[in-house]
Amino acid sequence: MRGESEVLAVQRLSVSLSGRRILDEVDFALHGGEFCGLIGANGSGKTTLLRTILGFVTPTSGRVVIDGGHRLAQIGYVPQKIVLDPAIPMRTRDLVGLGLDGHRLGLPLARRARRRLVDAMLEAVGATSFAEQRVGELSGGEQQRALIAHALIRRPRLLLLDEPLANLDIKSIATTVSLLRRLALEYRMTVLLSTHDMNPLLPAMDRIVYLANGRAATGRTEDVVRGEVLSRLFGEHVDVIRVHGRILVIAAGAGNGASADLERHPDHVVQVP
Amino acid sequence: MTRVSLLLSALFEPGWNSSEPVLTAVVIGGGAAVVSGVVGVLTVMRGQSFAGHALADVSSAGGAAAFLLGLNPLLGFLLMGVIAAAGMESFAAHRIRERDLATGVVLGAGLGLSALLLYLDVTSKSTTGAAITVMFGSMFAMPPSVVPLALAVGGSALLAIALLYRPLLLSSLDPALARVRGVPVRLIGLCHLLVVAFAVALSAVTVGAILSTALLIGPAAAALRIAGRPGGAMLLAAVIGVAATWGGILIAYDSYDWTGGHGWPVSFCIVTIIFLAYLAAGCPARGKVRAAARPGKAGVQAAGRG
Ligand SMILES: Nc1ncnc2c1ncn2[C@@H]1O[C@H](COP(=O)(O)OP(=O)(O)O)[C@@H](O)[C@H]1O
Ligand SMILES: [Mg+2]
Repeated sequence: MRGESEVLAVQRLSVSLSGRRILDEVDFALHGGEFCGLIGANGSGKTTLLRTILGFVTPTSGRVVIDGGHRLAQIGYVPQKIVLDPAIPMRTRDLVGLGLDGHRLGLPLARRARRRLVDAMLEAVGATSFAEQRVGELSGGEQQRALIAHALIRRPRLLLLDEPLANLDIKSIATTVSLLRRLALEYRMTVLLSTHDMNPLLPAMDRIVYLANGRAATGRTEDVVRGEVLSRLFGEHVDVIRVHGRILVIAAGAGNGASADLERHPDHVVQVP
Repeated sequence: MTRVSLLLSALFEPGWNSSEPVLTAVVIGGGAAVVSGVVGVLTVMRGQSFAGHALADVSSAGGAAAFLLGLNPLLGFLLMGVIAAAGMESFAAHRIRERDLATGVVLGAGLGLSALLLYLDVTSKSTTGAAITVMFGSMFAMPPSVVPLALAVGGSALLAIALLYRPLLLSSLDPALARVRGVPVRLIGLCHLLVVAFAVALSAVTVGAILSTALLIGPAAAALRIAGRPGGAMLLAAVIGVAATWGGILIAYDSYDWTGGHGWPVSFCIVTIIFLAYLAAGCPARGKVRAAARPGKAGVQAAGRG
């Protein structure tokens, strides 16, 4: 995979919001087909980083380079929270169709080619069974698949997903991760997925961007998830333990303000007093 | 039996279709109902009923000004509505949360202006009719000169909706999704408000500024309870609106006979029919929600497709 061209380059990116520095010189690059986890506690800046990559937030310094230049044409995006009103008469099929041509002017024509594309996309994410259902009536996992189909139907080179695993049950988490892994391979697409717990991503993820204190540790998963790297990032001593295919990060808390520390750690970090 | 004969006598009421004011009412009222129905579905879907209502109320200041200056009333409603729409959009700045606030501020200022202009209308023209006409409409007193402008306003509103159909739908579903697809979300929001201003100005000359909300929101809300697709809801809302308007005109025209000469206001008849349509639309929707909640529905659909 290293041989593939660079799809996304985030270069010494710093972002301040309302005068507060949220991201500090974040620097990493993703290549074609790579599956990258964006890991960090709540408030660590995951959404801000994704929105900066999309061009919705202007960085204070540094820049984002998308392969080919045309940013939005190359990116599919699944936002963090989306409230779909059950009273809105739009079906899963309509949502996916709008991913294809929602920006176009004029009334949609019922072309057979468009229908075939939408059908194929629904099939690819396993959404055929609820294609005719209103989007507001879908379960969390179904809505996630509908949004992924919406984002993928134009075959973007880069797919950004903001906490797609939050609010899903354990089984849906596993199916969503394996679905995304399969689609990434099939479409030779780069995936950047944010989550506050890296464990469900371990089978799929080959790269990691780990955010804490505004800074990022980035690289191949096995190079980043190591005691000395994370200790430097957190600014306190932590140990990384692998048990039963899961990773636990043990923070042997300094004793002062342990509860405050818990707040700023992701889910897989265990605080030992 | 009496009801049927009432309807027949209404239909064949001598002069009902040859009288020019009634014909004007039928044409403009029907057109306003079509535009309001179509635009209203988007307004309800975007959760902007309050903005629609505010635009309607504020446009009354324009209607009052037109009355004062002896201009085409539609032009007055239209200009004021457009100014108010632009004002709301620019005050709303970037935050969704501030939208209701901006709407409320513009609404307050607009109604204040309306109070002044209506006062001037009443004092300078020494008629008390102005306030009633502007606020509650006077369907049978529309000058036929309104027709060409009304057709132009209605036609351009429908054209704009057809042109912006998909960006409007996508941005009402979720602004972030629309932005990623390259939709200029704020510009689309402004266009929507302008189209709402067009729609409410049209209905303001028929049922009055205050009641044009009913024509905008009522048929759309009823249609959204029944229809399965946005396009279908627009069509249905237009049909409900036209049926209510024409039905209301018929009843009001007829009521001159049974009330001994003064008759019922058309606006009252139209709005009452819309309200009844909304109540009637509630029943099938509740049934549909139950059906959707039944387990195994998705399975049945999947089996049927496979
Ligand atoms: N518009 C904003 N203005 C000021 N601060 C913000 C803004 N948006 C987010 N923040 C702050 O930036 C930090 C990172 O937020 P966010 O990127 O949403 O984190 P995450 O997605 O990892 O939970 C948080 O502390 C949040 O309070
Ligand atoms: Mg977030």
